[in-house]
Amino acid sequence: MIRLNGWSAIVILAAIGIFLAYGGARALGEVGFWTLVTGSEWYPTIAEPRFGFVPLLIGSAAVTITAIFLSMPVSLAAAVFISEFANKRVKEVAKSIIEFMAAVPSVVYGLIGIAIVVPGVKEAFNLDSGLNAMSGAIVLAFMIAPTIVSISEDALHAVPNDLRQGSLALGNTRWQTTYKVVLPSASSGVLAAVMLGMGRAIGETMAVLMLTGNAARIPGSLFESVRTITGTIAAEMGNVVQGGLHQSVLFTLGLVLFAITFLINLVADLVLEKQRRRWRR
Amino acid sequence: MVTAQSHAGKGSFDLHDVSVTYGSETAIAGVSMHIEPNAVTALIGPSGCGKSTLLRCLNRMNDELGNATVGGRILLDGVDVYDKEYDPVELRTKVGQVFQKPNPFPMTIYDNVAYGPRTQGIRKRSDLDALVERSLTRAALWGEVKKDLKKHAFELSGGQQQRVCIARALATEPEVLLMDEPASSLDPISTQQIEDTIAELKEYVTIVIVTHNMQQAARISDKTAFMLRESMEHPAFLVEVGETRTMFTNPGDKRTEAYITGRFG
Ligand SMILES: Nc1ncnc2c1ncn2[C@@H]1O[C@H](COP(=O)(O)OP(=O)(O)O)[C@@H](O)[C@H]1O
Ligand SMILES: [Mg+2]
Repeated sequence: MIRLNGWSAIVILAAIGIFLAYGGARALGEVGFWTLVTGSEWYPTIAEPRFGFVPLLIGSAAVTITAIFLSMPVSLAAAVFISEFANKRVKEVAKSIIEFMAAVPSVVYGLIGIAIVVPGVKEAFNLDSGLNAMSGAIVLAFMIAPTIVSISEDALHAVPNDLRQGSLALGNTRWQTTYKVVLPSASSGVLAAVMLGMGRAIGETMAVLMLTGNAARIPGSLFESVRTITGTIAAEMGNVVQGGLHQSVLFTLGLVLFAITFLINLVADLVLEKQRRRWRR
Repeated sequence: MVTAQSHAGKGSFDLHDVSVTYGSETAIAGVSMHIEPNAVTALIGPSGCGKSTLLRCLNRMNDELGNATVGGRILLDGVDVYDKEYDPVELRTKVGQVFQKPNPFPMTIYDNVAYGPRTQGIRKRSDLDALVERSLTRAALWGEVKKDLKKHAFELSGGQQQRVCIARALATEPEVLLMDEPASSLDPISTQQIEDTIAELKEYVTIVIVTHNMQQAARISDKTAFMLRESMEHPAFLVEVGETRTMFTNPGDKRTEAYITGRFG
């Protein structure tokens, strides 16, 4: 059964990859994979169009990495609190808040970001516009928090209780027990949680499209407007000629995104599996 | 330099009318006894009679369960350890515990044993080295592992892991060592090694050991306390406590005799 599921997953993933590559065949033939991936200019609609992915890759990376750095400390603290310190009632409330955060549609996060974060960032950093990488990252940080919190919480929860007991019985406080034994024991699960959060952040489309300003340039700082991979595909796909070169390039861009997220998830899964095996004593 | 402490004469417990209630169920009640320093006291009785529960009163690990209330008075060398002012974290550096299932931390042998001392602020490498060696020697493991102290504790056999846990508990130089069926998950040879260790340890610490193995209690303990729960409606109580030899040859209570001769439990 497990093997069947494994194989069907591979077949489905391969099918998606082939489908995207088929859609991108014309671009791969006419422009070439290397030129696309290393090109530093993205002007898809001018007379002699330039299809360089680099500004979009940097846009996605800037927003994603910043979001991870913003979200990780708070999410990890929340996971530790829920797993190690909260009583049953608080735990349930916290878990339903997290479930709710995960259920809010991305466009709603975008609207909240437009209403609060964009003016806030503009004000706080004294900018002409708040539509930039930082605003997108702040809102993304909230969006990926449920993933990071719930998966780290699982990893902390999986640490056997007798390790906690052992540490407490040696005259350690709960807090010492948490950072000396529980967190190190769950470290690979926490790492996987962060990676899955990253996968979610790279794939997120609507909120970043609404918040980052969408200028497809290589940004000089986080306070400049950026365009992500997902934002580009979503924004441009509706205006292209069916079967045209531009459309095919967007398929190739989708293929690149698919490969990145696939790799991140694969590594996270391997790390999680290693973590699980650890307690099968 | 950390000097070896033997705590000779320290680590005696006095229990007065001790009871433990889990939620609404009183598991043990009316337990009064004296636990002698530098001796081995065995707690015996059928499973579910509250041996572990009583043991956890002595280092206040019941506090960590969240649903347990302890009544009565427990004095360690004359000091009430359930006093509001008494810090359970402090108590546990004086009263160590070895658990039923070996529970080494996922780290090296060295780091396992140095864990308690590091919490107590001992940082100097030479001090830690000395403590680790002494503790592992007392736990009768030094000879087997001195060459690979950097080995992950999970790579050791079950019996070795349990002796790492004993060394880990000894490293904080406790006055009392609580052991909850420390050999129940081990093979006969490892059990033998643990029993030999216990015999040597009482020179340094007071030992309270839970066991459901009568022969083991007879072999290793100086005093034996027999607990019993006669029905689920009533809490368990202490039937009698006394010299192990007397208990096993000439028990004062018919129920003790019945249990020792294997008629129930
Ligand atoms: N954490 C707990 N919560 C509720 N009841 C418990 C808990 N631990 C033990 N008990 C109950 O207390 C009684 C004594 O258990 P225990 O001390 O484990 O006995 P023993 O160690 O002699 O087998 C049992 O009825 C058990 O169900
Ligand atoms: Mg027990």
